[in-house]
Amino acid sequence: MKIRTLSEIEKLRDIGLSFLYPQRPRISVGMATCGLAAGAAAVFDALSEEADRLGFDFTPVSTGCIGYCRQEPLVDVRMPDLGRILYAQMTPERARDLMGALSVGELPAEHALASIPEEGSDVSKCSAVSSGLPSIDQLPFYAHQHKIILRNSGLIDPCSIEEYVARGGFDSLGRALLKLSPQDVIDEITQSGLRGRGGAGFPTGKKWNACRHAAPKPRYVICNADEGDPGAYMDRTVLESDPYSIIEGMIIGGYAIGSNKGFVYVRDEYPLAIERIQHGIDRSKEVGLLGDDILGSGFDFSVEIVRGAGAFVCGEETALIASIEGGSGEPRPRPPYPAEKGLWGRPTTINNVKTWASVSAIVAKGAEWYSSIGTKGNAGTVVFSLVGKVANTGLVEVPLGLTLKEMIEGIGNGGLDGKVVKAVQTGGPSGGCLPAGLFHLPIDYESLTQAGSIMGSGGMVVMDEDTCMVDVARYFLNFTMEESCGKCTPCREGTQYMYGILTRIVEGRGTPEDVVLLEEIGNWVKASSLCGLGQTASNPVLSTLRYFRDEYDAHVREKRCPAGVCRALIQLSITPELCNGCGLCKRECPVGAIQGEKKEPHSIDAKLCTRCRTCYDICPQGAVKIVR
Amino acid sequence: MSLISQPDPPPSGAVLAKLHAINSQHGYLPEKDFRLAANELGVPLSKLYSVATFYSAFSFKPRGQHTIHICMGTACYIKGGERLLEKLESTLGIKEGETTEDGMFSIETVHCLGSCSMSPVMRVDEETYGRLKVDRISRILKQYRPSEADEEPRGDQGV
Repeated sequence: MKIRTLSEIEKLRDIGLSFLYPQRPRISVGMATCGLAAGAAAVFDALSEEADRLGFDFTPVSTGCIGYCRQEPLVDVRMPDLGRILYAQMTPERARDLMGALSVGELPAEHALASIPEEGSDVSKCSAVSSGLPSIDQLPFYAHQHKIILRNSGLIDPCSIEEYVARGGFDSLGRALLKLSPQDVIDEITQSGLRGRGGAGFPTGKKWNACRHAAPKPRYVICNADEGDPGAYMDRTVLESDPYSIIEGMIIGGYAIGSNKGFVYVRDEYPLAIERIQHGIDRSKEVGLLGDDILGSGFDFSVEIVRGAGAFVCGEETALIASIEGGSGEPRPRPPYPAEKGLWGRPTTINNVKTWASVSAIVAKGAEWYSSIGTKGNAGTVVFSLVGKVANTGLVEVPLGLTLKEMIEGIGNGGLDGKVVKAVQTGGPSGGCLPAGLFHLPIDYESLTQAGSIMGSGGMVVMDEDTCMVDVARYFLNFTMEESCGKCTPCREGTQYMYGILTRIVEGRGTPEDVVLLEEIGNWVKASSLCGLGQTASNPVLSTLRYFRDEYDAHVREKRCPAGVCRALIQLSITPELCNGCGLCKRECPVGAIQGEKKEPHSIDAKLCTRCRTCYDICPQGAVKIVR
Repeated sequence: MSLISQPDPPPSGAVLAKLHAINSQHGYLPEKDFRLAANELGVPLSKLYSVATFYSAFSFKPRGQHTIHICMGTACYIKGGERLLEKLESTLGIKEGETTEDGMFSIETVHCLGSCSMSPVMRVDEETYGRLKVDRISRILKQYRPSEADEEPRGDQGV
């Protein structure tokens, strides 16, 4: 079926609605990469097999990620007459039990996480709900969330254009192409206050306007899906869970700036994301929403995928462009900015995945709606990946202006296993580590920058008392050192020097002068590097020096690692009274440093021990002690 | 007008696509295919070599039948990714970047697999294993050794 008019989109919508709200049971399993890593495929298979065995008729759906990764694998069960419940931490065995209950017409309370309310549905008959099961928006994890970018993630089949349309998809495209002029679209985006969600926060409308008024066609549109920041995975999630929201945004962007060609540059490490966005592009072409004369508007647009090849620096826009052109991903100085001279020297608009997904939500609902969310100068929502040593891990979409405390203690429910949270790292290798004492800060571009970190693409890695901040700084420097493209000297040489100093410090060979030198080089690299990678490479070091100087001092003055991480500065020992001789540590020690007879207390040979802490991690008795 | 005519550069994305195609067919970039690719793309061999060596996805050394990627993203790192690597190295008797003698496994580290909520994670070929502890490593490896595939079936993450 080819869509030529707006009314034909309605046909897709009707089909989509019948998919989303069928007369028979619909069971969706979250099968984005994170769900799969938690074992979702086995759960999906178990559900299908058990249903076959019981002769239970239902629609199985593989959806993307609903965000609450801590609770994966998640299964969303919708029974037309009973209600809709989200089941958490499923295993194949639990899935079979669940199917058994469903086949006798029951939505069981076991492993139910929350109900998902639907308009017009009556859940009073559902025993799990009447026995006090919260609805999904009552869970602390979701209570502060406002989903715009993730509006469809985990709720639709990412391979179904019909389901995307049923949830309002392509409404924005219809309005843009048929009711607004390109300049109107740019004005709408400008007035909405949307700022680039890739990290830098540049006003999107301003960027588009510059591109539209640069040299004539050809111009290009690029979606930056080279999400390289370690600790961040929201772009992957949107690509895997709601690819059409990106495609729709890009077509609108193309119309606005006057471009007929778009590229999605996806990182190589995301095979499933590439598969899903490719499927979305193919299907959009098939129904005529990509190609010539879209919706009879006379506007043509096509999109191609470029698969990255494992270079972090390609997330930087000029390096990404060099990579599409077939060269090494080396950045070049700006200005000229890509809006003026981008791909093949032509005007190019390059925006992040989440920016494109926001665009496709904004145009239908209007600038006023979007700018009313968030705070002044920081309109809209941002997606964070809340990970690391925090109880509730997952993707969180909140209006800008929420405090770090609300995020980490409210949504994240504090530390893991009752440990004390010490810091949060935001913005990946370009960001910094903020101490718990600053958790009153609101999350917005300016506040985080002032505090010495950045908003970045949205990675938020929580660290607790067992994390050594000097070791973390060294980890990031190792990262930027390896990913530095080598073109400019300050970044290439400076990161190596800083890494060398940090290595000395964690190995117990550092001096107080080293700490001073580290700070000096850090400032120098920041001031003189060519691109964002080098200019921000010092941030993890400078922010830990600013807030965790005592940890550096302990390393260089007392030769002590307070967190018990740095190998040269700790010893491991087994407390005989606590050890029951189960032998697990002996079996798993990578260097064979643990001796002991079965059921007798074990001991560690300090000469062989590499202090990797594997035994400390896995001992079921907590008998391994770190001597600091 | 230029005195020496230059061939048009390959179209957008064509160079990476070509290198990916060879790399996924052979698991690395064999010299013969690589030289042919330079010809087909109309790119000097030296330039293509500089591009191929810039990106970590491409290798000029043959890789094992199964490539194990250990994630070294921030969340994985602070939750013990390094220990997984050490366990893997001692179990297989090779270091990161090497291949076992029987050609079965290669170990590589990756800066982030984007499965941070499941940290620490590793990926064997296209299968991602999350919430790992070192004591699951041996069990997972067994799934990929045909003679020893008597335990949990592949794809069952054993959660």
